[in-house]
Amino acid sequence: MNYRDQLRTLWKKVDVEKHGPLFALLVLFILSSIASPYFLQTRNILNILRQVSYTGIIGLGMTFIIISGGIDLSVGSMTALVGGLAIMVLNYFGGGYLAIVAAVIAAIILGLLAGALNGLIVTKGKVAPFIVTLGTMAIFRSLTLYISNAGEFRSSSSLYPELGMGAILGIPVPVWIFFALAVIGQIVLNRTRYGRYVCAVGSNEKVALYSAINTDLVKFLSYVIAGFTVAVSAILLSSRLNSISSSNAGVNFELDAIAAVIIGGTSMSGGSGTVIGTVIGAVILGIVNNMLNMLGVSPYLQGTVKGLVIIGAVLIQHKKR
Amino acid sequence: MPRDILLKTDRLTKEFSGVRVLNEINLEIRRGEILGIIGENGAGKSTLVKILNGTYTPTYGQIYFEGQPVQIKDTSVAKRLGISMIPQEFNLIPELNVYENVFLGQEYQRGPFLLDTRRMRAKTRELLRELNTTISPDEKIQNLSVAGKQMVEIAKAIAQDCKLLIMDEPTTVLTAPEVETLFELMRRLKQNGVTIIYISHKLKEVREICDRVLILRDGDFVSLDPADSLDLRTMANRMVGREVGTILPPKVTPSEEVILEVAGLTVSGLVKEVSFQLKKGEILGFAGLRGAGRTELAEAIIGVRKKTAGRISIAGHERRINSPVDAVRNRIAYLSEDRQGIGILTNFELAKNVTLVSLPKYFRFLINPAVEKKRAEYYVDTFGIKTGSVYTRVEYLSGGNQQKVSLAKSLDPAPLIFIVDEPTRGIDVNAKREVYHFLHELVESGISCILISSELEELVGMANRVAVMREGSLVGILEGDQITEEEIMYYATGVTGGVSA
Ligand SMILES: Nc1ncnc2c1ncn2[C@@H]1O[C@H](COP(=O)(O)OP(=O)(O)OP(=O)(O)O)[C@@H](O)[C@H]1O
Ligand SMILES: [Mg+2]
Repeated sequence: MNYRDQLRTLWKKVDVEKHGPLFALLVLFILSSIASPYFLQTRNILNILRQVSYTGIIGLGMTFIIISGGIDLSVGSMTALVGGLAIMVLNYFGGGYLAIVAAVIAAIILGLLAGALNGLIVTKGKVAPFIVTLGTMAIFRSLTLYISNAGEFRSSSSLYPELGMGAILGIPVPVWIFFALAVIGQIVLNRTRYGRYVCAVGSNEKVALYSAINTDLVKFLSYVIAGFTVAVSAILLSSRLNSISSSNAGVNFELDAIAAVIIGGTSMSGGSGTVIGTVIGAVILGIVNNMLNMLGVSPYLQGTVKGLVIIGAVLIQHKKR
Repeated sequence: MPRDILLKTDRLTKEFSGVRVLNEINLEIRRGEILGIIGENGAGKSTLVKILNGTYTPTYGQIYFEGQPVQIKDTSVAKRLGISMIPQEFNLIPELNVYENVFLGQEYQRGPFLLDTRRMRAKTRELLRELNTTISPDEKIQNLSVAGKQMVEIAKAIAQDCKLLIMDEPTTVLTAPEVETLFELMRRLKQNGVTIIYISHKLKEVREICDRVLILRDGDFVSLDPADSLDLRTMANRMVGREVGTILPPKVTPSEEVILEVAGLTVSGLVKEVSFQLKKGEILGFAGLRGAGRTELAEAIIGVRKKTAGRISIAGHERRINSPVDAVRNRIAYLSEDRQGIGILTNFELAKNVTLVSLPKYFRFLINPAVEKKRAEYYVDTFGIKTGSVYTRVEYLSGGNQQKVSLAKSLDPAPLIFIVDEPTRGIDVNAKREVYHFLHELVESGISCILISSELEELVGMANRVAVMREGSLVGILEGDQITEEEIMYYATGVTGGVSA
């Protein structure tokens, strides 16, 4: 009868942490398809998904760090450094198929090492993650600029771009990888001991310690996981462009990755969150960008909208608690 | 309404998502009385007082304060009315120091902007002196023991004059002399016309300090009588709604086999060369006053505190235990006295808490939710945990039920040596009885238990031997007929035995 009351009880039943981001995505999707007939075209949708996959993949790793109570600001610079060095390895080995394999392996090892460096300083040095990764963010970027003499890492391979530009069954490779990693990430977080421990450490580190959990190892591994996702993203990015700009590559990636995690419903104070939420968060950001472009909003204003979306998402989550 | 009624409730009712936990309570609290509230875990005691102090708003029902109908919609309204509360779970900010916590939200000002830290420090020192503690106003909360935190909560509640002081289980972590000090303070406040609501599961204390006792069961009003018209049995039976059986199980004679040997264990400044043996199937009690070093000793054994000297042997083999991971590997479990700070993850579901330590036992790689659910259900049944489901977050359970979850969590890895620190903290008579019988079954099956407790009755009734600590040293181990409350107190205070002060 009173439909406002009904709506209100329905609203109360919605578990924002679980369904909020999905709900927001649906609303945004419907609004966008009304606003622009072009939006629903397959090419556009695939384009959006491909665009968000680079920071989305990093967001997956970031989810683990944030749930465990940390943060990683260095992922953007790390992307540039790892991507740049991968191209150097690629060129060194001549740019053939084997060279690509070598570049991929090198990138992953470098990403793991860079993540391990962050993790080590955070756990052994007992320095706040914000500070540590602010420092390594500056270090990684400066090393990238130094090595390339502030120029570009340019690949001499004509095969390399096939990796990042390719598509399987009509869906771009980065999108496949993004979704595959998301599924693995979700399983790790929800169904493995490690995932449980990540939540426990972020929820109350002292309780976790007394519960016979190696809290340092858990935190360390979260940075290593993030390093791995950065490496994957760096490979996809560098192969798509067939180059890495030392000053522009990966800039603001940390913001987009963290934003995807937060919009996806993961609590900034740690302890709980989902990987699927992060995927949704990344896609939401992508759709917003896409719509702003299609509606002809000035690119300079797009940052404002993105900021409002982030703040709005967190506000809604707080309201419900 | 007569003038001697300070507060009256009319059909006060509270529901949480449709579940009624407080059912139409009509109550008149007299000015200047000490009103006890007792009831089983989850009976609604905390919910009732949380409504009075504005933490919760009632689903329906009316509160009258000094004859006027009032809407206590948040805690600041309660404060303005003169209602102050010591909550069951600590509500202190760990990073701030003692005086900042005591005056949080009620700071003394000097002029419009500046804080008057000198006056706040002085007042805090005075309050703490009244409570007979040596805590410094500048100490950080996170460095305090649970008893210390409890004292700060008490100081915080009485820092400002109030008309109604609500105390939700303030004595669960206090030792006998500390309780006595608190009671003296309560009597003084009462003389000054302050009305006090006192919630406790220690029925003896309730009888001693309270004028009248309100009994709740499953959210319902059961009775309200003068304290001296009630005996302990009646109180227990009315709380539970039936005859409570014998509380204490018979003692089991341990075997001669030594399972744990601790030799010369020292923790710099806190524990001094403690040596003892624990036999298979034995309950070894640990008694002592605050600061005697019992919890620190336990923490050194399980490896969270650095041992400066000493050896630990298990079943005759020396073992290195440098972290709780090592402890669990050696099948030692620890139940902390600090439930929310160390014991459980409040934002985790019940089932996830229960298996947190024991996960490696069940799952090599992937967690199987069905197995987890079964473990959780087992404990919900065994301990009678009152909860919506095994997937309820433990923060929504009553304090005593959280304690039961904490107990389940440390027991689930199936330890051989079980160190329990105040295991019956905040649980009701019936649950206490269940825990005692459960410990009894454990030792009967060959598990050994170190029972750290401030409840002398518990030690006398349960332990095969009682080790007494004073100022970090083990001053004596009582056996057989020697185990009496008096004898324990003599050793603990230093009237007899061991090294002199
Ligand atoms: N915030 C909440 N949300 C949902 N249920 C709650 C909440 N707080 C309390 N309850 C439920 O209300 C009931 C009464 O809880 P309450 O804390 O008042 O018990 P209590 O009498 O204080 O018990 P204890 O002796 O264990 O402290 C319990 O079943 C508890 O699970
Ligand atoms: Mg309670």
